[in-house]
Amino acid sequence: METLIFYFKTYPTVRYSVLVLTLVSLCAALLGVSLVLKRFSMIGDGLSHVAFGATSVATAASFTPVYIALPFTVVSAVLLLRIRSNTKIQGDAAIAMISAGSLAFGYMILNLFPSKSSSISADACSTLFGSASIIGIKRSDVILCAVLAFVVLFVFIFFYHKIFAVTFDENFATATGTKAEIYNTLIAVITGVVIVMAMNMVGSLLISALITFPALSAMRVFKTFKKVIICSAFIAVFCALIGTVICILASTPVGSTIALTNIAVFGIFYLIGALKSGKK
Amino acid sequence: MALIKTENFSLGYEGHVIVEDLNFEVNEGDYLCIVGENGSGKSTLMKTLLGLKSKMGGALIFGNGLRKNQIGYLPQQTLTQRDFPASAYEVVISGCLNRSGLFPFYSSRQKESARYNMKLLGITDLAGRCYRELSGGQQQRVLLARALCASSKLLILDEPVSGLDPKVTQEMYSIIEHLNSCGVTIVMVSHDIEASIKYASHILHISHKPLFFGRTEDYLKSDVFKVFCNTSKTDIAAMIPPQSDGKENN
Repeated sequence: METLIFYFKTYPTVRYSVLVLTLVSLCAALLGVSLVLKRFSMIGDGLSHVAFGATSVATAASFTPVYIALPFTVVSAVLLLRIRSNTKIQGDAAIAMISAGSLAFGYMILNLFPSKSSSISADACSTLFGSASIIGIKRSDVILCAVLAFVVLFVFIFFYHKIFAVTFDENFATATGTKAEIYNTLIAVITGVVIVMAMNMVGSLLISALITFPALSAMRVFKTFKKVIICSAFIAVFCALIGTVICILASTPVGSTIALTNIAVFGIFYLIGALKSGKK
Repeated sequence: MALIKTENFSLGYEGHVIVEDLNFEVNEGDYLCIVGENGSGKSTLMKTLLGLKSKMGGALIFGNGLRKNQIGYLPQQTLTQRDFPASAYEVVISGCLNRSGLFPFYSSRQKESARYNMKLLGITDLAGRCYRELSGGQQQRVLLARALCASSKLLILDEPVSGLDPKVTQEMYSIIEHLNSCGVTIVMVSHDIEASIKYASHILHISHKPLFFGRTEDYLKSDVFKVFCNTSKTDIAAMIPPQSDGKENN
């Protein structure tokens, strides 16, 4: 407990970081329900690799990573969705191509143009697996993340029913005049934004955990869309808070702590789900 | 004026024309069955009518103030829906979206319409149940209620009874017949030729060329029908009696 208070008092960024981590987890989880149900989980994973590639370029050119990674990832998100609706290239193959491609490209750039401040392995490691500790998060990132998170939350609540309709039955939605294409693009754009936001903190390889686990846990127990959404939001916030506390107390890396907390929660929900269906 | 009218309509995909010179019309209160062999273009025609695919040529005219988003659609179930967490009510009310515009929430009128259509199809008590845990017949009713929320004018049904057992199939046909007698225009894609002849007022038999369009009693006399039944080894004699029972309301 003293360690916690000490951290909150000594490092003001820790307070912001907790807030931002919670917001980012929340956004990722809300979006995750839709992505998992649309069979788009791998798109999230692929996009995070694209974000890695873009970040490497930014680091090499000494730009603030977010400003390069954000547009890159969002554009790739839209393109990936386009490829999915095109039958000539298989969706999953396209994702594999793009993620491996951007990983290779990103690592190559890091090696060809090493930054002066830190070593290659430290750069690569922190982009892939997130900050090693909670203090490593910069204040400018925090403000940008908070703003983006609120935009994502607003969009999600405002288009909730449309997102449901498009997720449940795209053809029906299109046939009855809902522009499914627009909402799919919207989902892709938000996914891109969430991934870039989360990358600084949890690392590009671990973002998928934030996106998929809360949704999957909630779906073990709840059977309606609204309850699944609300439950996964709670799971996300809970895991983000618990995860941060653990990583402060045990000085573990942020990303993997939160990911592991999510996995533990999934285990618990899996058991509850199994018990529930066993009783019937 | 007809609700839907096509003139020299042709359809297909990826540059291949499957059906050419298609001329038919659907009037208010009609019950049109689209029949034909697998791969003859039934589903493509339906998707083109719904605007999910673009036409290859000719004209498709919507009349009587029917807007493109005022078509209720009962699709075949997709793989995603088998494990989708959604209550029956959530599914039904999503049919009302075409009247929402940009407004983020459902109005009380939309909620009323969802409840009304659920009552009409006898699924009020399933409202809170999880969609994926319902039986096949119940799921079809839920999707039909959703289609009715989207439009009470015209329903396009894609193989509404595929995968249902005989008893539920019969129930489904009765529901559709009832809706039709209440004034809902029905366009149904079906491979069930017997039921099509029994219930439909008009038949569109398509193949690579549209082979027949007209009233059901004329279809029974047509060569197309006789050839189709011979090749599919269906007993014509067994089909004609239900027809003469007089399900002709047009």
